[in-house]
Amino acid sequence: MRNAFAKVLTELARDDDKVLLYYADIGNRLFNPLKEFAADRAINAGIAEANMASMAAGSAMMGHKPFIYTITPFTTARNFEQIKIDIAYQNQPVVIVGTGSGLSYANLGPTHHSFEDIALMRSLPNMNIVCPADALELEILMPQIIELNQPCYFRIGKKNEPEVHPTRPDLKFGKAHIMQQGKQIAILATGTIMPLAQELQSALIEAGHSPELVSFHTVKPLDESYLQTSQDRFKHVITLEEHNERGGFGSAVLEYFNDQNSQVAVHRFGIPDRFIDQVHSPEDARTKAGLTLAAISERLKERGVL
Amino acid sequence: MKYKEIASQIRYTLCDVSSKTKTPHLGSCLSCVDILVSLYWEIMNIDPKAPDNPERDFFLLGKGHAASALYTALAYRGYFSIDSLYEHGQTNSQFEEHPGIHSPAGVETVSGSLGHALSLAAGMALSTRLQRKTNRFFTLLGDGELNEGTIWEAAMFAGGKRLNNLVAIVDFNKLQGTGESCEIMHLEPLEDKWRAFGWHTIRIDGHDINALISALSDIGKYDKPICIIADTVKGKGISFMENDNNWHYRIPKAEEVEDAKQELSV
Repeated sequence: MRNAFAKVLTELARDDDKVLLYYADIGNRLFNPLKEFAADRAINAGIAEANMASMAAGSAMMGHKPFIYTITPFTTARNFEQIKIDIAYQNQPVVIVGTGSGLSYANLGPTHHSFEDIALMRSLPNMNIVCPADALELEILMPQIIELNQPCYFRIGKKNEPEVHPTRPDLKFGKAHIMQQGKQIAILATGTIMPLAQELQSALIEAGHSPELVSFHTVKPLDESYLQTSQDRFKHVITLEEHNERGGFGSAVLEYFNDQNSQVAVHRFGIPDRFIDQVHSPEDARTKAGLTLAAISERLKERGVL
Repeated sequence: MKYKEIASQIRYTLCDVSSKTKTPHLGSCLSCVDILVSLYWEIMNIDPKAPDNPERDFFLLGKGHAASALYTALAYRGYFSIDSLYEHGQTNSQFEEHPGIHSPAGVETVSGSLGHALSLAAGMALSTRLQRKTNRFFTLLGDGELNEGTIWEAAMFAGGKRLNNLVAIVDFNKLQGTGESCEIMHLEPLEDKWRAFGWHTIRIDGHDINALISALSDIGKYDKPICIIADTVKGKGISFMENDNNWHYRIPKAEEVEDAKQELSV
């Protein structure tokens, strides 16, 4: 997904000389195509992410459209206060890109994992949150984020994420994308966990259900109009994310239904509230976190969904 | 009015506003008045009647708790009425205890959390250079603020990128919130530190307006940003406040404001 990011960024920067990239000394050759024609707009801010976030806000105040880019925990948690004050409070159109989000960098350990980032960003007024599921979703949504001209957190994966759409989807920022219509049960997933959501969809179909499958690429603003209509259509809503089960996308959905006094049963699947360590691969990490079809099915059985 | 008289008027108004609105940080405000007068009356390309002119110079207040000093300087410079300063810290006031997004035109950024302004200014200075514009950027940092790591991240970046449209002024009054700045952190030798980070650095008396104007006039002269270490006195101009750190938080009584007025001869 990071290759797709670099590709789209290069195209955007070619069309608009206000587009600017700050990166915190990562990416190696990733941004060479951008540097070929706009070396001065591909700025290595050094390994100084807090300064990078504030500088991007300063650049936005002078008319640029800045992206800040590094591995997710360092571009969201490390510099959170700079994002809060200089970007969110001042409402500056900076795109905060977290690459290798969730457990993408599994083997690098908890220092490189991020499953608190959506919770952090959700708590900031003015902040938008977009989590593409694959490179295609990224390509479609990224130009819309620039058009938005507001603070935005763009939570992306690392590399070789499976393609989740058989054809090019018509994605709109802020709108849930229904991949498969269904009834009784809805599976709402955000970000790179989508292949697991598709596995769950297949398993539910095999068990005789007709689940709806939805890509909730935009977590904030939450597509409340979709959730509003879903109250009457579904008995169970299952949320999936590679993020702490507390405070993330599933929590946002749960809060919405609670505030509506809805009878929908919400079943949240994400990373449990503990650090995931001593792992050698993302698959290994997801297994330890209970993010497998078997573990999810088991919990759904316990809850009487299956 | 001559600059010294303007500075005295500002100092008196700071005391009066603090007393009447019960807002603190008087000592921190008094130490940077002469710096603000040098900038707003002599150095900066600004026009109070056109505060949003895109070609203007920018002042970014790092030590946001000295907001009252900035508001008062702007009022005397003609951005808004002096009477409006007495709304400081009140409900729905534009003049919040720390500058916010509702601050009046002339206040360029939010401030209050230390260690942000130099980074913001570095980004603004870089973007200005990339767009071949001529704006210049002046930031005022507290000596306590230099405890923040982001100051040194920004200093390294600006020095590395040779941002010569950027000036950092350190209001070196030697006292931070709860003690002596040079005891709490190893600040000195401060000039050597900034030089080592790639800045043209000079040290002057921060209450000598001629020396300040001379140093600030050098912006753009070197192939690097400029740091001015301004030796100042916390509480400057009012003898019973000078170097007494209680005035970081204390509010003056009405009779103390009268004493200050007499001493300042306003």
